[in-house]
Amino acid sequence: MADIEHELGRELPVPAARPRPRTHGPIGWLRANLFSSLFNTFLTLIALCLLAVTIPPIIRWGLVDAVWSAPDGLACRGADGQEAGACWAFVGDKLRFILFGRFPYDEQWRPLLVVAIFVGLIVASCDRRLWGRRLVGLWLAGFVAVGVLMWGGVLGLTYVDTSLWSGLPLTLILAVVGMLFAFPLGILLALGRRSELPAVRAVCVAYIELVRGVPLITVLFMASVMLPLFLPSGLTIDKLLRAQVAFILFAAAYLAEVVRGGLQAIPQGQIEAADALGLGYWRRTRLIVLPQALAMVIPPLVNTFIGTFKDTSLVIIIGLFDLLGTVNAALADANWQGFYVEAYVFAAAIYFGFCFFMSRYSLMLEREFNQSRQH
Amino acid sequence: MARDTAAAESRPKRPPPWHDPAVRAVVFQILFVAAIVALGAFLVHNTLLNLRRQNIATGFGFLEREAAFEIGESLIPYSPADSYAAAFLVGLTNTLYVAALGIVLATILGALMGLARLSGNWLIRKLAQIYVEIFRNIPLALQLFFWWGVLRWSAPAPGRAWQPLPDVFVSNRGIVFPMPEAHAVHSWLLLALLAGIAAACGLARWARQRQARTGQIFPSGWFGLALIVGLPLAAFVAGGAPLRFEVPALRGFNFVGGGVFSPEFAALLVGLVIYTGAFIAEIVRAGILAVSAGQSEAAMALGLTPWQRMRLILLPQALRVIIPPMTSQYLNLTKNSSLAVIIGFPDLVSIANTTINQTGQAIEGIAMIMAVYLAISLSISLSMNLYNRAVALVER
Repeated sequence: MADIEHELGRELPVPAARPRPRTHGPIGWLRANLFSSLFNTFLTLIALCLLAVTIPPIIRWGLVDAVWSAPDGLACRGADGQEAGACWAFVGDKLRFILFGRFPYDEQWRPLLVVAIFVGLIVASCDRRLWGRRLVGLWLAGFVAVGVLMWGGVLGLTYVDTSLWSGLPLTLILAVVGMLFAFPLGILLALGRRSELPAVRAVCVAYIELVRGVPLITVLFMASVMLPLFLPSGLTIDKLLRAQVAFILFAAAYLAEVVRGGLQAIPQGQIEAADALGLGYWRRTRLIVLPQALAMVIPPLVNTFIGTFKDTSLVIIIGLFDLLGTVNAALADANWQGFYVEAYVFAAAIYFGFCFFMSRYSLMLEREFNQSRQH
Repeated sequence: MARDTAAAESRPKRPPPWHDPAVRAVVFQILFVAAIVALGAFLVHNTLLNLRRQNIATGFGFLEREAAFEIGESLIPYSPADSYAAAFLVGLTNTLYVAALGIVLATILGALMGLARLSGNWLIRKLAQIYVEIFRNIPLALQLFFWWGVLRWSAPAPGRAWQPLPDVFVSNRGIVFPMPEAHAVHSWLLLALLAGIAAACGLARWARQRQARTGQIFPSGWFGLALIVGLPLAAFVAGGAPLRFEVPALRGFNFVGGGVFSPEFAALLVGLVIYTGAFIAEIVRAGILAVSAGQSEAAMALGLTPWQRMRLILLPQALRVIIPPMTSQYLNLTKNSSLAVIIGFPDLVSIANTTINQTGQAIEGIAMIMAVYLAISLSISLSMNLYNRAVALVER
């Protein structure tokens, strides 16, 4: 959960390539890469044995013997009640429930569109020509569209209560909205931590260290159990908003540390130059310090986003049905009992798709930044 | 006269108070603190009102009341008749147990995988990379559900248990494995081990001083290892080598004897180790890559053996890069162990959750969880910082 500190797991640029083996062609490649020494040959043979034992059964289970369509779970099992191959029919039957959960069935094109908007926004954000005001405008427009589509109640769309929001759109909303609101808060906290005013600094340090020292689960519990106690009676906030607040508060502390890394890397001369130009604190921060600091920490920011995205799976603890929650609910169907491997593999593939795409992107950015810094 | 005014104007004037940075700083801080205090007071006021309305007493008095709930597994004796405080203690020991075991195993797995990612062997390198990419990019909660599912649904009944190693059985009742039977001599072994470690430290110190004085090298590493292994071994043999393993055996529908990991504990441990291991692998890899190739070449030019090169040149420099992120991974693993609640392992959070549901003492319960995790976090980072200082670069 808190491996929001993904940044340290990043890949460093590969050092100078080792000298090319003298032999060419496939045989030479094999000799250099698999059988270069006795020990390596031994390792290769062990790995090959391992693959030979594991891969064919997996392929047989997942593809060859798999059942692609079946009316219910019984049809997936053989006469002995054992599952011969993967019951993808289960995932197919439950696909809409796993993706969109309890959202009204006839309206499920709306969450589908929401997912498409989010994916589009994320992909568009990767294009650096769009970075700047235009991207902010794009995101704002996207958010309005998402809000209209999910809530409805306008433009002839029926109103859908947040308690029915579930599945992949919920996961995406929690992660993206959480990150977007946590971002300014994190910047303020990071600036506060670097502030020369002792009172401000102390409050920011205490907040950051407190939140980073406890598991996300406790923050979620706090939001779901204690937040109602904190508020004046009569004022209730819905469960989704409470979880969202918890995510924002939690992610802000981690973002603050990422941003602080960038702030610390700004040379003192930049700040002195800004002072010499007569800029005040806020103008100096907005025009000189932050643009440079944030550009430097984009890769760890992306990694924090990946962490937040994975962390959304914890909301099942407080009774929200995100993607993992709908998968678990689908598994509880009496007609389809025990196909947990299929269900979790499907959900894992979705999570993996998003996380892997983003981590590759952050890696690419990092390489480019490192190159441009060397020139 | 005119000259006087000119001189007065060129002298730096004290700015008006609303432009004076010092005054501004003080005023801003007073306002900031006042806002925070006001927010806090507002929340406390609401909370007290709400609690009074719901007839919930504040304070930690509930800890002495009878807990009256079962706990599936516990390292210390516990029964439902014990107090909530005892239940909390059970949760705390369970959390520490899984975290400590997880940290050790994840470090081993992560170090192996990190080295494998740098292997000259293409196949090994790719397999390690696939491991890292897959397990790093899937939420831990999902992985825990998966492993728990494997043990609950796919694992056979004890009668047809899988046997991955001799006398280790995996069934839907958990993992059972042989345990050495307790014997009076075993406590002496621990003492002998401590004595061996102390003696090895003393020896290393003496060797360092002698090397600094005379330049003579003493193989303190090997002798130290001999002391650490040899002393307990000597005590063991002197005690008559009382080693009997209690081997699990199938009686009726379940295994009797030996050590047991429940399905929940096993799933949590496996999930935490595999997930954190993927992150540690990347840290180890990055740490080793951070040592420039010139260092290795220089060591070779000096005629150091591969082992000396690793121990004296590469490892000390790599550790400097590895330790800070490793610390945060250990902290993450400990905090992630709180996910136990989703698969029903009775860790601290899970027991506190039950307590909160039974007593309604939400604030106290959550405050206790937070205090415990903060204490654990602080002690792990303190000990890792001490170790870090030991390996840090000494600037002369």
